[in-house]
Amino acid sequence: MVEVNEAVDVVIVGAGASAAAFAWSLAETGMRILCVEQGDWVKADSFPSVGRDWEERAATDFAISPNVRRRPEDYPVNDADSPIAVANFNGVGGGTMLYAAHFPRLHPSDFRVKTLDGVADDWPVDYATLEPFFALNDEKMGVSSLAGDPAYPPKPQVMPPIPMGRSGVTIGRAMNKLGWHWWPSDAAITTQTYAGRAPCINLGQCGSGCAQGAKASTDVTYWPEAMRERVEVRTHCRVSRVETDENNRATGVYYYDGDNIERFQPAEIVVMASNGVGTPRLLLNSASERFPNGLANSSGLVGKNLMLHPYAQVRGYFDEPMDGYRGPHICTWSMQFYETDPSRDFVRGYSYQFSRGHGPVTAAVNGMADGLIPWGEGHHEAFRSVFDHSAGMVSICEDLPEEINSVTLDPDLRDSNGIPAPKLTYRLSENTRRMLDHSVARGREILTAAGARHITSRSPLPYAGWHLMGTARMGTDPRRSVVNEWGRSHDVKNLFVIDGSVFVTSGGVNPTSTIQALALYFADQVKSRIYDLFD
Amino acid sequence: MSTNDPDDFSARERDILRIVVGHIIPASAAYGLPGADDGAILADILRSAWREGRKLHEAAAEIDAASGGTFATIPTGEQATVLQRFREQHPGLARACEVVTARCYYRDGRVMRSIGMEVRPPFPLGFAVEPSELDLLEPVRQRGKIYRDAN
Repeated sequence: MVEVNEAVDVVIVGAGASAAAFAWSLAETGMRILCVEQGDWVKADSFPSVGRDWEERAATDFAISPNVRRRPEDYPVNDADSPIAVANFNGVGGGTMLYAAHFPRLHPSDFRVKTLDGVADDWPVDYATLEPFFALNDEKMGVSSLAGDPAYPPKPQVMPPIPMGRSGVTIGRAMNKLGWHWWPSDAAITTQTYAGRAPCINLGQCGSGCAQGAKASTDVTYWPEAMRERVEVRTHCRVSRVETDENNRATGVYYYDGDNIERFQPAEIVVMASNGVGTPRLLLNSASERFPNGLANSSGLVGKNLMLHPYAQVRGYFDEPMDGYRGPHICTWSMQFYETDPSRDFVRGYSYQFSRGHGPVTAAVNGMADGLIPWGEGHHEAFRSVFDHSAGMVSICEDLPEEINSVTLDPDLRDSNGIPAPKLTYRLSENTRRMLDHSVARGREILTAAGARHITSRSPLPYAGWHLMGTARMGTDPRRSVVNEWGRSHDVKNLFVIDGSVFVTSGGVNPTSTIQALALYFADQVKSRIYDLFD
Repeated sequence: MSTNDPDDFSARERDILRIVVGHIIPASAAYGLPGADDGAILADILRSAWREGRKLHEAAAEIDAASGGTFATIPTGEQATVLQRFREQHPGLARACEVVTARCYYRDGRVMRSIGMEVRPPFPLGFAVEPSELDLLEPVRQRGKIYRDAN
């Protein structure tokens, strides 16, 4: 027996980066807005950094892989057919709970890849259109940065950047020797008291949750403001499918509540914000007689064109002490190899994010894996030469859309409510492999110039599938896209997708800033079209 | 955070795992440090290894079998040889042993002090990081814009 709830105007599925920005923006309309989230709020005093077992907990109950973390609210992901595993978090704040808060925007050229470079497709929006929403989002999230970065059009500085530290200065000097671009990162981390949030105290644990509240996860930024405007966030609600009527309109969502009771939540507008894997999973699980191939899937592109941003990691070990585990892990970036250069053997490009070191457990475990720290007698001396003496980088490579890379429904695997789980099929293209190789070679040059005595690399990083994009792409042609240029489904006129699924291409930077700017833009479009929204 | 009941491991398994972790990180007279087979550290390892429990049971069984059931009693040099072969033949299990050993060893107060850490979690005191040297960015500014106009 399904319980039927009181109807709302808008139901948003998921409470992560995009949902929070969208709900906050839409709240001023006075519509009744409900966000349903399968996880819970995470209390700041439960984050790993409050205990001496912080490194263990960052790798277990706060692990970035749902398959490792295995919390009751996590759904399994079959990623056996992918060299890169999915990373996510299911709870209020979504992926922002565990992200590094490295906060670059896509570049102007990222929205015009077909026009400029003859590959993939142009986006139906451009940087100039999104620019005011990027700026608004920087304010709402509380972004620290240094104005004047020559890799971007001018953008306002909300507050001073996070400290470079020894790692940033050492690598910065090397970049100057090589004549290559570098700059302090835009970081969604407060460096001063801001909007009720305390400044960063360099816990170094952005990646497992910020107990200080300095990192801009949406549970401490947008959601409290949206809830003051009477948006409701309902936790422990695991959505199974979207329902439709004979007019091909969405009528609401089915979900299981915390007591495992199945409920139907009627709504005038349904908004999918469950990330680039969760959203296609739910649309495919919403197949019906009217939509036999999955909801909003007349193009056949729901779940296709998955982009993950393959990472390569290059780390150097130095005689001098570096920052170690202190401070936000990422301190500076480089866009030197971001734009297409015809002299290279690949199109498009990548960014570097330069990073500090690790805590002692990670230093020991990685050191043993890399053959730098032996078992036995030599362990202690080798450990001391590695711990607090490393710095390095990851490259974030642009992943071009290919239909073979996809999210489908696993025929066997299910979550604890019996809902079919997603299955990834993903391979690295030749273009991506060349880009990864280029980034490792240049990374080694950088660390050599910085004076590293030993350099290690891993490519691609197998666990770093953070950026889930492209699986419900936006566009003006219903045959080649799932949603239109303002996030509304071509097939179901009151269904929206607002997360990274809508990305047409991936760019070569972390997507959260752009995901949120798009969500704010989509909300603005809904508000300005409110009287003919479904035409 | 869940914990393991150390009694989930048999006395024989505990003996084997004590020797294994002691081989991974032995005591050091030079640094005045215990090994990972120190009583308190070993107890922490066995208590917190619930996620890796299956792998540790498997590791103990493989190691014991490789030495004909005598691993705990053979000379140290022979134990090292068995363990070297174990690492080569079962890298996944060896990795699990490394992870549980390192994460308990390096949160022991004696060890943290020895490697220059304060014996406390990161929060609430945090850490100091050296400030930026923004003058270093002057050459980057001078080279000028590197993005492409596309609007």
